[in-house]
Amino acid sequence: MTYTAAALLAVGVTLVLDLVLLRARVLAQQAFWIAYAIILLFQLVTNGVLTGRDVVTYDPSAILGLRVVFAPVEDLLFGFALVVQTLSWWTFWGRRSGADRPDVGR
Amino acid sequence: MTYLLVLLGCLLGTLPLELVLHVGVYRQWRRLLLTLAPVAVAFVTWDVLAVRAHHWRFDAHQVLPPRVLDLPLEELGFFVVIPLCAVLAFEAVRRSRP
Repeated sequence: MTYTAAALLAVGVTLVLDLVLLRARVLAQQAFWIAYAIILLFQLVTNGVLTGRDVVTYDPSAILGLRVVFAPVEDLLFGFALVVQTLSWWTFWGRRSGADRPDVGR
Repeated sequence: MTYLLVLLGCLLGTLPLELVLHVGVYRQWRRLLLTLAPVAVAFVTWDVLAVRAHHWRFDAHQVLPPRVLDLPLEELGFFVVIPLCAVLAFEAVRRSRP
């Protein structure tokens, strides 16, 4: 499996986790998309440093070759999956403990 | 050291959200650990498999020498720091909205 395929698979798994398994529905919250826009900006900076300075290098045969601020475009999918899964679990545990009220649709 | 400095920058950069905006994320350390654990398991597994499949590699000169499951310590730290920053950003946005 290439990094491209793995990244697409991860996004699919993430959608199922958020919307079906945990029912956190982070993806349906406006607050998520505002936060994600901010996070994405900083991801481009930090990941740009890591990939631009060759701290991490990629096998050209595992990626499409399309790059955004030095990083393979696949890293955007990786980051999206990481952030959404994190916030899904955070929302899930918050509701279970009563720290958070459900605010679906916000 | 490059990678370590990037992670430290992320932690320091988001610290005001806890200290100034009082988002209370570090204070909910139990909920935070329950959140970080499954995410770390999933993504460290992906990372280990990706390194074994040679999808990506790390420059030995820019990371600390120790390896855990073929990964530099910084890469493991990444899966604590970035999710933590994401939660801080999310809570900051939620709190700043009516």
